[in-house]
Amino acid sequence: MTMYFIQAFVYLIAAVIAVPLAKKLGLGSVLGYLIAGVIIGPVAGFVGQEAITIQHFAEFGVVMMLFLVGLELQPQMLWQMRNRLIGLGGLQVILSAICISAIALFLAQPLSVALAIGLVLSLSSTAIVLQTFNEKGLTKTEGGKNAFSVLLMQDIAVIPMLAFIPMLAMPELVALAETSKETAEAHAQLSLVAGLPTWAFALAILASISGVILLGHFLSRPLFHYVAQSGLREIFVATALLIVIGIAALMSLVGLSPALGTFLAGVVLANSEFRHELESNIEPFKGLLLGLFFMTVGAGIDFDILSSQLLLIIALTLSVIAIKACILWALAIIFKIRNSDRWLFALSLAQAGEFGFVLLSFTTQSHVIPTDTAQILQLVVALSMFLTPALFIIFEKVIMPRYRSTASDKAFDNIDEKGNVIIAGGGRFGQVVNRLLVANGVKTVVMDLDAAQVENLRTINIQTFFGDATRPELLHTAGIEDATSLVIAIDDRESAKALVHYVKRTYPHVIIISRAFDRGHNYELKHAGADLIINETYHSALETGAYAMTSLGYHPFLVEQKKHAFIKTEQQASQQLYEQWVLRSEGEQYDHDYRKLFMQIEEAIKDAMQSDRIDKHSHDERGWTPPPRGYENDFD
Amino acid sequence: MNKNKILLLFAHPSPHRSEVNCPMFEYARALEYVTAVDLYAHYPTYQIDIDKEQRQLNAHDVIIFQFPFYWYSTPSILKEWQDLVLEYGYAYGHGGTALHGKIFLCAISAGGRADAYRTNGYNHFNVRTLLQPLEQTAYITGMQYLPPFALFSSRSALADGTLAQHLQDWKLLLEELHHNKFDPNSVDSLVTINELLDTRHQRER
Repeated sequence: MTMYFIQAFVYLIAAVIAVPLAKKLGLGSVLGYLIAGVIIGPVAGFVGQEAITIQHFAEFGVVMMLFLVGLELQPQMLWQMRNRLIGLGGLQVILSAICISAIALFLAQPLSVALAIGLVLSLSSTAIVLQTFNEKGLTKTEGGKNAFSVLLMQDIAVIPMLAFIPMLAMPELVALAETSKETAEAHAQLSLVAGLPTWAFALAILASISGVILLGHFLSRPLFHYVAQSGLREIFVATALLIVIGIAALMSLVGLSPALGTFLAGVVLANSEFRHELESNIEPFKGLLLGLFFMTVGAGIDFDILSSQLLLIIALTLSVIAIKACILWALAIIFKIRNSDRWLFALSLAQAGEFGFVLLSFTTQSHVIPTDTAQILQLVVALSMFLTPALFIIFEKVIMPRYRSTASDKAFDNIDEKGNVIIAGGGRFGQVVNRLLVANGVKTVVMDLDAAQVENLRTINIQTFFGDATRPELLHTAGIEDATSLVIAIDDRESAKALVHYVKRTYPHVIIISRAFDRGHNYELKHAGADLIINETYHSALETGAYAMTSLGYHPFLVEQKKHAFIKTEQQASQQLYEQWVLRSEGEQYDHDYRKLFMQIEEAIKDAMQSDRIDKHSHDERGWTPPPRGYENDFD
Repeated sequence: MNKNKILLLFAHPSPHRSEVNCPMFEYARALEYVTAVDLYAHYPTYQIDIDKEQRQLNAHDVIIFQFPFYWYSTPSILKEWQDLVLEYGYAYGHGGTALHGKIFLCAISAGGRADAYRTNGYNHFNVRTLLQPLEQTAYITGMQYLPPFALFSSRSALADGTLAQHLQDWKLLLEELHHNKFDPNSVDSLVTINELLDTRHQRER
């Protein structure tokens, strides 16, 4: 037990020190984790053998990441991507594999080994690339989107590769394995499909995939509702983890990639009202596990082999990066990816990836690649991943500036890029706000804490998400960074205040429009930093008062003017009242001075209403005042 | 000669459909000597702030109403603006001298062809005649009235290229107003001030 604590402590402290430092130096968090890994591993020797075990555990971060990626991708969007996915992604994998295999053949590797090497190195690192895109805000660029479709295709391509690689097995290696017991990491894997005939295997795969889709579609909603009604946060987190881990387990049992399975589940749940809640629950786990994964990559670098074969490994790494970049560049030309996006596309995907590690250990297990070659290749993969952040820095510092001038020429933003509005609270108030915005084609995200309410809104086709808008992670997944404004229409007064405070401090660019319950709440919200505050009953009460006046025989147009004069006088006074309120004595909602001022303002309003004609210059009676009788004498 | 400060009061109830007036307004807005006010944006519920508008008038030398020609007159908010802001005792009547000596003109866009606004055209009157209520308003408030700056066939101006010329004229007009280059008496016989701008352009060539 003590050992675990110490190890965990070493990993955590390395991350806590190295990652913020790397970020500050503009290197990105991925490089920070990698360096932290190198320092605690090969350099300082704090951790060693267990890094590999931890790596298997940390690979789960990749699985979670793909689940989150899936959540962002509605099936319709996936379908729209099909050309890029199959064309661009498929060609990248095939061409890279062929070129790298050819070179391996040229370097006197047997055909089967060469092919396996080609496959292993054709994949890129989903973890590093997506993480870096997110950090640097490149996800929405043309280059970023294309790179994503290639990465997705690679993740899918892992499945046929896993099926294909055992067929390349070299008889002499198999024989060797039989005599030596210590085959690397050949722990007996639990499998449901071992020994099944091919048709049954195919059937099992089909059944589990359709199982994931059907269960995701039909069972997830009642399950989430059931859990949400309990109101226990940690159980919701547990449910989210349950889904991801459950699917990963199922996929492993039938011999499929867990990453692909959870991705699929993510896509199925992308339309669900629980999407943001799921995202915000999984996100921290994913971040930590991925970080751990990168650290184990750093820690796993074997300096003995590296130093003895240094030149060979560097040469191999650079040529892998060069070849992949060239192929990507050529594909970018074919698929009309232009300017800085072409550079981004080519540079970001030039490394080998974490699936390379997975495939490598699989190839040694299935006796395709000899262990010593595999060790060198492992270093090539690690080193190329290590170099990726450097490539991103080159892109940012050297290539982007060259294209910046052309980018700023772009005249107007697209209409569909218009800022979003996040509406916290889908009750009576938030609903009307949302209806007005949606009817005008504004993209909104509505969040409500009441699962039953969310269900109701969904049945009348109002896109609503279950979740507590006052939680930072959830606001983040709802896209508060890119939102133009936030409408706060939640019932809890204190939470509303806290939300205003948090958002104003963290995202000062977001315009906060908040509903207040009464005058006191209004001031509290204003004090917390809300930009616009509407008292919830104010306008409806004025409207009611106006109807009452009309019923007394006042002319409706006059009533309208009186109403506006009232609003105006009140608005002018409210600043004064607010300042008085800020100065109020501790612990009192309204102190004596405030009350006195309030009475004075009531008098002022009355005055404004009653005062007559031109000489008094009141606001309501200014308009349309006829000139005084006999005024024409002046003109003659 | 001192430089004039220009107040541009712009009234267009559907600016998102505007092809002529918005580019004109946007251009004027960027000039430091022009205060450009989008009235419909300021007063979406027509609650015009009389004091503020009067203060604004006091601070300028040239007042321009810019609007699309609606039923031979201004869009309704500009009429409301007149009804409210040009008060007795401020703009006219006893002590109402606040606007004396200021220059006033209208910048309009009309859908009809130029030859429709003639005695024998289907609109029967020219735009100067049709704008006579505003001309008289200028007189009684002591302002110097300039003939309107007008664009005809405005619905096709963007497509047939006349808009570009009109914008050039608009730039010239604002600049000359700023430098106080118009003598109200010498332009009084014109139907539109465009005629004068055209001759100036020709002289330049």
